[in-house]
Amino acid sequence: MSRAGYDDVVVTAPVTLSYVRYSIHGAHWFLAGALAELLQRAGLGKGEIDGLCVSSFTLAPDTAVGLTQHLGLTLRWLDHIPMGGASGILALRRAARAVQCGDADAVACVAGDTNHTDSFRLNLATFSEFARDAVYPYGSGGANTSFAFLTAHYIRSYGAAREDFGKLCIAQRANAVKFPHALIRKPLTLDDYLTARLIAEPLRLFDCVMPCAGADAFLVLRRGKAEALGLSYARILSTIERHNAFRDDPIQYRGGWALDRDELYGQAGVGPQDIDVLATYDDYPVISLMQMEDLGFCDKGEGPDFVRRNTFTVNGSFPVNTSGGQLSVGQAGAAGGFLGLVEVIRQLTGQALGGAVADPRVGLVSGFGMINYDRGLCSGAAILAASGGPA
Amino acid sequence: MTRPLVRPPRKNPIVRTRMPTLPPAGRSRVALGLTAAAARGRFELQVCRDCGTVQYPPRESCCSCLSRRLDWRPQDGTGDLLSETTLWHSNELFYRERVPWRLGMVRLDCGPVVVAHLHGDCDAAPSRVRVRAALDRAGQAALIALPEKDAPNMADDRQLREMTCNPKFRKVLITDAKTPLGQAMVETIVAADADLVWAGYSEPWKKTHGFDRLTALPQVSLLPLDLTNSRAVKDAAGEIGGRVDILINTADYHRNYGIAARNGLEAARAEMDVNYFGLLRLAQEFAPAMRGRGADGQSSAVAWVNLLSIFALSNFPPHGTYSASKAAALSLAQCLRAELSPAGVRVINVFPGPIDDEWNQLIPPPKIAPARLASDIVEALRGGAEDIYPGDIAQEWLARWRDNPKTLERELAAATR
Repeated sequence: MSRAGYDDVVVTAPVTLSYVRYSIHGAHWFLAGALAELLQRAGLGKGEIDGLCVSSFTLAPDTAVGLTQHLGLTLRWLDHIPMGGASGILALRRAARAVQCGDADAVACVAGDTNHTDSFRLNLATFSEFARDAVYPYGSGGANTSFAFLTAHYIRSYGAAREDFGKLCIAQRANAVKFPHALIRKPLTLDDYLTARLIAEPLRLFDCVMPCAGADAFLVLRRGKAEALGLSYARILSTIERHNAFRDDPIQYRGGWALDRDELYGQAGVGPQDIDVLATYDDYPVISLMQMEDLGFCDKGEGPDFVRRNTFTVNGSFPVNTSGGQLSVGQAGAAGGFLGLVEVIRQLTGQALGGAVADPRVGLVSGFGMINYDRGLCSGAAILAASGGPA
Repeated sequence: MTRPLVRPPRKNPIVRTRMPTLPPAGRSRVALGLTAAAARGRFELQVCRDCGTVQYPPRESCCSCLSRRLDWRPQDGTGDLLSETTLWHSNELFYRERVPWRLGMVRLDCGPVVVAHLHGDCDAAPSRVRVRAALDRAGQAALIALPEKDAPNMADDRQLREMTCNPKFRKVLITDAKTPLGQAMVETIVAADADLVWAGYSEPWKKTHGFDRLTALPQVSLLPLDLTNSRAVKDAAGEIGGRVDILINTADYHRNYGIAARNGLEAARAEMDVNYFGLLRLAQEFAPAMRGRGADGQSSAVAWVNLLSIFALSNFPPHGTYSASKAAALSLAQCLRAELSPAGVRVINVFPGPIDDEWNQLIPPPKIAPARLASDIVEALRGGAEDIYPGDIAQEWLARWRDNPKTLERELAAATR
């Protein structure tokens, strides 16, 4: 049975709070701030939201249901998605079906985390049972260790050069310079990138995201309602998700996108050549190259060549992570899984806060999450269209 | 190739002794199966009883067929190094103080992929390696990938040395050096490149054959030490306690009685006084200083070895009171292990079978020779285990005890008839 389309379900009201490196507040503070800004932008009262989808690593001991009382919300649909970098795509998928089926009329999707001086370490130490048992005791490097393994293997297998990863990081930094909420806005040179201090060979400082606090949000509802509210919106052409794909690969060199991309493009009725703006999940540059390959922008192993042939700034040949991505904006925990999605909504609705891609019609957002042991388990992607874009 | 260790210079008394830090010790209960095997010097992984899949990390069920019937089985650990990294940054103090730190991702020939510490002599990926399990400074099992073939000075690898208690260039106290085992222990530990060996002795009026020979070794210092005398133990600790890196408690009082064969408490009390209270006196006086020196440079305080007996596991009625004193010592050693673990000092319990000496005269062979036992203890210090069972009888009794402790109790009871 083929997947149903999303009819007239749309996504709107993209919100990114200004990120901060450290905060004395709890996760609730950031989630409340993002929700308040979303309501204000949408012109809705709290009582006009009947669905909520929450992602956060630092909300414990609360879950989404605790948040309903904390924020004083009465809802008829509620979800909690603890899937990190895939949580934005997954929130969109679930919320869109709820709205499409009439289980809810307006679903606010919110992700956010706080960051105290020691919370990142504590989160790493207990991130998953496998991480606690079989990774963290080995050097306690966190995700740096896992991505160092994947990056070293990718370099060896496909002949990538450090400069290839650097080119992407530098382009994203150039995008971030114009994005007011980015934490790191100092222009990055290739020399800065290549000579930064070593973190986990071959990774150096600017290959790694900076943990921080912040929140992102968006709103899912029907087109008619968005139009009645005077909101510009993006349409949902297709979405995919996959968990623990290619589990017999001894080391990760591809993700679930490679399994599902034909359906992704098939349902959307567009191909990779039609994508005007791309948001990859970019906690480390190697995973952006993997997504470009697995989503069909180039063949497997041709990521380095694709990088050499393209430019990735807002006005480049292939705009990627136009707000600067996590590598420049920061990684606010689960909000990192929302950052690319809200940026593509902004681009497609003419609301870019930084540099704007010229007349984008179709955008692709990709998510990747949860290094449970030796690899990221969750992959997802969504193709969105501007309201005047392809049907 | 690993550069051989050099003898450390004399300690600078002005420099602060660093506080011990540990690698992360948290593990799920199921993952402690790896630690339980490593504690005996084995590398075991979960094997599904129904489909034969070997899996890692440890799980509650088979990742292939969902069976919950999983057994820990020994693995040879050979595999392919898929990728490697060297950490220059860590989130934990233990590693922050020790970077750069080399790690590898290894696909074992038996199936699963493991993250492991990577020995400096392993070739760059892709290459062949051998994975072993050893206890780390936190006392939890950790995997380390070694080069496929032994290399010179391998034991001196900086990362491997963090998982072993190698006596090379360390200062060692042997609490009773007069017995045949004590003498063999001194000679073996000297041959293992110990920096300095204190040879403890009591009852100086009793001459023991061979003891004078030890005094000729330049590394050896004689130390009067009577474990039944609290004052004497305190004095000895006051003199050398701050310098002992490895303490090997060889003191042992052994008589051959059950309950009915002898009236009164004298023999049993003497056994307890050496085997149990002697350990307690040592622990009270020497453990605090060792706890403070768990991170004292290349030759930090690192291990405490207890000479127990396989009789500690299950009472051997012909040596009934002796068995009881060793069982008491085992229980106390577990307490000592817990108290030394925050400092990363390993407590190694040695459960030999009957030693080939006077007090085991009536036990038939194969009994373990003192020299063999001494070399097994040094091997334990060089390895990653904390419980060893030297000798064929100990190995057999251990297998019977692990199979069914009640059956062993009945079998040992039959020895009195």
